[in-house]
Amino acid sequence: MAAPIQWQLATVTGVRDETASVRSFTLSMPAWPGHRAGQHVDIRLTAEDGYSVERSYSIASAPEAAAQPGGSVEITVERIPDGEVSAFLHDVVVPGDRFEVRGPIGGYFVWEAALGGPLLLVAGGSGVVPLMAMLRHRAAAGSGVPARLLYSSRGGDEIIYRPELDELAADGSGLGVVHTLTRSQPPGWTGYARRIDEAMLSEVLRPLGASARVFICGPTALVENAANALVRLGLPAAQVRTERFGPTGT
Amino acid sequence: MDDDSVMDSTGEGRVDGNAVGGMLAMVFGHEMTAAPGRCAHCGTINEMGAMHVYMRGPGVVVRCPACGEVVLRVVEAATATFLDARGVAFVRIERESA
Repeated sequence: MAAPIQWQLATVTGVRDETASVRSFTLSMPAWPGHRAGQHVDIRLTAEDGYSVERSYSIASAPEAAAQPGGSVEITVERIPDGEVSAFLHDVVVPGDRFEVRGPIGGYFVWEAALGGPLLLVAGGSGVVPLMAMLRHRAAAGSGVPARLLYSSRGGDEIIYRPELDELAADGSGLGVVHTLTRSQPPGWTGYARRIDEAMLSEVLRPLGASARVFICGPTALVENAANALVRLGLPAAQVRTERFGPTGT
Repeated sequence: MDDDSVMDSTGEGRVDGNAVGGMLAMVFGHEMTAAPGRCAHCGTINEMGAMHVYMRGPGVVVRCPACGEVVLRVVEAATATFLDARGVAFVRIERESA
């Protein structure tokens, strides 16, 4: 049986900008047991007066990356205006800083290559983060499981991991990445330009078929609309796993 | 997951059981989001990660996604954690799972 999950002091060993409001942080832990794609960590910040606040952030890195000596994970965090933790991470934290982390957490919203596919991933905004861990794991494990990512962003410059997604989609492993840009589209954009709906899900799902395992992560409204639409399209509810992070807009 | 956004939302604030996975792991001493539990009200079995969670109050309320009734309530006070589990008929906790 695994050791109980405990708080431990993580050290920030890397900071990287993903978009104007999204940044990735590499956290090195003294005792990291490894993780599975889709899991998250809790971060706890404590002020000198004892006030403390906790938040959960999905792990973005593949388990294979964490298995290297030292035990580290990468999280990707969107800066939420007035967000107590995300604003601190964005505005204050630099490499060498330390704060408390516990994890990995979660066994429900998890995909491993051994589970097989086909795999349909549906993301809204920073909901792409745990799905990126799954795609990085898929690549690191050499999995050829047919997979499609449907990813809703407000505009082209808000797409997180865009260069890496382009590379993964072009590596011949059977991954397709489909973007929809809901608010602004670059000149010449020929892709989807509306919120995720049943017609869009039907088109993206078609090459995978009704046996697809589905993981949906994003704002609550997007997640519930997509999950309900996929069930209407004939997918068993047990094949559709969701992670809502609250009813903010995409 | 990026639950600062939960705190800033103006909607009903529903998230998944995943969001309290860390707290449940501390309470039960075990990863719990994949643990199936039976709602004491309607009898539906769902994994804890699929339950609906409301965490913007002073405590955490876990509700059955089928009938909406309260399954668990958890309050973390300064020196103790209070668990009200009268809404769950059983929870299956795997001894060998990670």
